[in-house]
Amino acid sequence: MGVSDLPEGSTTRRIEVTVNGEVRSAEVPVRLMVGDFLRQNLKLTGTHFGCEHGVCGACTILFDGRAVRSCLMLAVQADGHEITTIEGLALSTDTLHPLQEAFCRTHGLQCGFCTPGMLTTLIEFLEDCPDPTPEEIRVAISGNICRCTGYEGIVAAALEAAEVLRARRAGAA
Amino acid sequence: MTAVSGFHNAKVLGRDVPRVEDPALIRGQGRFADDIMLPGMLHAAFLRSPNAHARILSIDATAARALPGVHAVLTMADLAPHLADTRLRVAMPSPSYRLDLHRPVLADEEVVHVGEPIAVILADSRYIAEDAMAMIEVDYDPLPVANDCVAALEPGAPTAHDGAPSNLVAEMVMGYGDVDAAFEAAPHRFHERLTVHRGGSHSMECRGVVAVHDAVDDRLTVWCSTQMPHAAQRLLCDIMGLAEQQLRVATPDVGGGFGPKLVFYPEEVVVAAAARLLGRPVKWIEDRREHFVATTQERDQIWDVELATDDEGRILGVRGQLIHDHGAWTARGVNVPQGAMSAMPLPYLVPAYRIDLKVAATNKVPVTPVRGAGQPQGVFAMERLLDAAASGLGIDRAEIRRRNQVPPERMPYETPMVTRGGIAITLDSGDYPKCMAMALDAAGWEGFAARQMEARASGRHIGIGLANYVEGTGRGPYEHVSIRLEPSGRIFVRTGAAAMGQGTRTMLSQIVAEQLGGDMSNIEVIAGDTHAAPLGIGGSNSRQTVMAGNSAHAAALKIRERVLEVAAQIMQTAPADLEIEGRMVRAQTPRNVQMSNVQMSNVQMSLGEIARVAYGQAGFKLPGKGGPGIAASEEVVIDAMTYSNGTAVAEVEVDVETGEVAIRNLVFAHDCGHVLHPRIVEGQLMGGIAHGIGNALYEFMGFDENAQPLTTNLAEYLLVTATEMPPVTLLHMESPTPLNRLGIKGVGESGVIPIGGAIASAIDHALEPFGVRVAKLPLSPVDVLALINEGRARSEGKR
Repeated sequence: MGVSDLPEGSTTRRIEVTVNGEVRSAEVPVRLMVGDFLRQNLKLTGTHFGCEHGVCGACTILFDGRAVRSCLMLAVQADGHEITTIEGLALSTDTLHPLQEAFCRTHGLQCGFCTPGMLTTLIEFLEDCPDPTPEEIRVAISGNICRCTGYEGIVAAALEAAEVLRARRAGAA
Repeated sequence: MTAVSGFHNAKVLGRDVPRVEDPALIRGQGRFADDIMLPGMLHAAFLRSPNAHARILSIDATAARALPGVHAVLTMADLAPHLADTRLRVAMPSPSYRLDLHRPVLADEEVVHVGEPIAVILADSRYIAEDAMAMIEVDYDPLPVANDCVAALEPGAPTAHDGAPSNLVAEMVMGYGDVDAAFEAAPHRFHERLTVHRGGSHSMECRGVVAVHDAVDDRLTVWCSTQMPHAAQRLLCDIMGLAEQQLRVATPDVGGGFGPKLVFYPEEVVVAAAARLLGRPVKWIEDRREHFVATTQERDQIWDVELATDDEGRILGVRGQLIHDHGAWTARGVNVPQGAMSAMPLPYLVPAYRIDLKVAATNKVPVTPVRGAGQPQGVFAMERLLDAAASGLGIDRAEIRRRNQVPPERMPYETPMVTRGGIAITLDSGDYPKCMAMALDAAGWEGFAARQMEARASGRHIGIGLANYVEGTGRGPYEHVSIRLEPSGRIFVRTGAAAMGQGTRTMLSQIVAEQLGGDMSNIEVIAGDTHAAPLGIGGSNSRQTVMAGNSAHAAALKIRERVLEVAAQIMQTAPADLEIEGRMVRAQTPRNVQMSNVQMSNVQMSLGEIARVAYGQAGFKLPGKGGPGIAASEEVVIDAMTYSNGTAVAEVEVDVETGEVAIRNLVFAHDCGHVLHPRIVEGQLMGGIAHGIGNALYEFMGFDENAQPLTTNLAEYLLVTATEMPPVTLLHMESPTPLNRLGIKGVGESGVIPIGGAIASAIDHALEPFGVRVAKLPLSPVDVLALINEGRARSEGKR
């Protein structure tokens, strides 16, 4: 349905979004942010708002595989697209994504509030840059603020996860 | 980054065991305040003052109330009839107050800072609540503004509160010895006028409150992202006129605290009162812009201080004046400047000391502790003076410190100072010179002069600097911990300590598991819930591991004794022959003896089976002498604080064309006694160091001449990101404190405390050719260029 199909003055619109592999459809206010859609409509509260002006990165989600700020995007913009949130990163209920495992091993999280954005940002980054240097990792997460860790554990986690992912790819090849 | 630990033969203590917090958080299954969603819940938004100081002439919410989806707009006039008190009386006791500044639940006659809440809108969604907010009309009559704490104390200055006699909130003198005589006799004096600017805590999670009222029993549950749930419960009871049983405060997962979440805020009262009044659950989640104007801040201080030394650089006395910006209300007390003044001389032998403190009210966000709580400023002042003395006397900066450090043979060293509670400040343990030497060695202090010459020859300006600190930690008097072994075999630990992301549950699980089988997965910690713990103090002053940790240890020892007593009676053996392994209690049998299943059952029992027997049955005798059940409750009382210490050495490179300061290397050597979890300790230090770097170079909470905040988003107020972090080397010493059984000291604020001092010292050193002396923090590139230009002008003037 295009915008022209909407009745005049309509403030809601039906959207269909694939979230963590599941097709979800809802009637949403046109001004609803996609982060609020995930948190309030779908009860996927793992995505966190830290600033609501696109700076802190806590709300980062994967949108068609790319890291985007869910506080700066409307839910209607997600119509017909695919979203992955922190809840969709683990491979199964008992198997975490290698990056999640690495975060736990290296103390890459303390309060856990920035963690969803760190994970999604780094998952995209490690796809693009499978063998990064610590400096490249720092640049990759320079749009994500953490007040607890001083970033050391996060950088270490990304390095460890990169290694695991490379080995896995090599094994699969 | 490998730490050593004093817990050599321990099962889980001193080890990097997996954190119990991580499995939920890493999957996005934490439960923060904003994640609590209740049927029928209303969303609150606060209308806040756009003026730093104004009289409120009228508030008209007619249009806002008429907006579809809006359920209520409440002002003080609406709330007051339902409250027992309309002020937040939170000031900690001190004889120093000259003004009582208890803030109102909502401002109704006068607003005294931008961001002060005036009305609350309750609506079906936050979107609608904010729409309605724009429709409320408030008529203000602007009043003169006190925007600067120094000017605010001048005679005739505009007062932050209309009709107040002055802006002097409090005054006190801290010190000892005949300091003027010491200065009279001293051959050398050094003077500094130093300014430290304010910033925020900026936990990534802003504040949040969710309240639900049960009308049947007239009971309220308030989930709040607080560091001090029991204090919040008491204040809510006082203000709402409720009994403790009617009001439960519980902390969900808290996304960082760093000080300001220990404060009790107007929004907590308003949300709780609105939920009770409207009969609907109410949620308020602070957004970042609100956090900049409504969550407390810290660090504005001006120090005018002098150091007197002998010819060898030995300290004879320290004296001076401190002006502290209090902000508009007393949201905690005078503890921040008190902490600053007592931190200043602590690492050193200072024979005579006196600081005259004046606390000034301004029309800015109230000031309360932010990670470090005054200690970074006190350390900055002392370390700047020592650098000035080193430079004036031609002594190496490390050497002058070595000559003055409290030596290990003087431990425990009783200073003549007392804490805010009148308790003697006694440095309990540590080897400060050795700790500093470790840091200097690792940083290459000795060989730096050669590197610096080489760099200068190629036009690069590098410098090295250091700062020492002693941190007061583990503030008493107690923290509550109770432990119950339930018939399910699970161990429940309840505490007044509040978790805010630092690993409190892991810490308590470790300490309890150490005595009870070593299986942390069998332990559930309930922290920060007033209905789980009858009393508690909560998170502040790097205190919870020391205070709750030792209560947990004491309680776990009692549980252990009781478990073994009951098991021994059932298994007809002596407690000394039994050991708890995992979830089982086993008789110690020779390893080479093979046993049948039947024999096994005689020599081992599960914790659950033991708990069932101890629980008792109607008409049957209880086992042992310990009464029914297996439970213990402890509040280990320790009044004296335990003092951590450390040294930071920073190496910087300054670009003299752009003013950019790059930290090339940072070494941090510290001593927090026995280390319970090396990785968590290092995580605390790293987070603190990042905060300290922010305070030194990036974080500037700006206000204009009308006290209008100028930096109200994270693009204008710069938090340190991964690319600003230098390589950091952490070095550990472990001098166990004799003050508690675990030998532990706090570390939560250590990282932040010496960083500003060390970086300032390094910048001075890098810019020696320009005669630069850093006298304020933070330093932006513009500030650095100004210092360089002033230095150049001075040297040209001399020519």
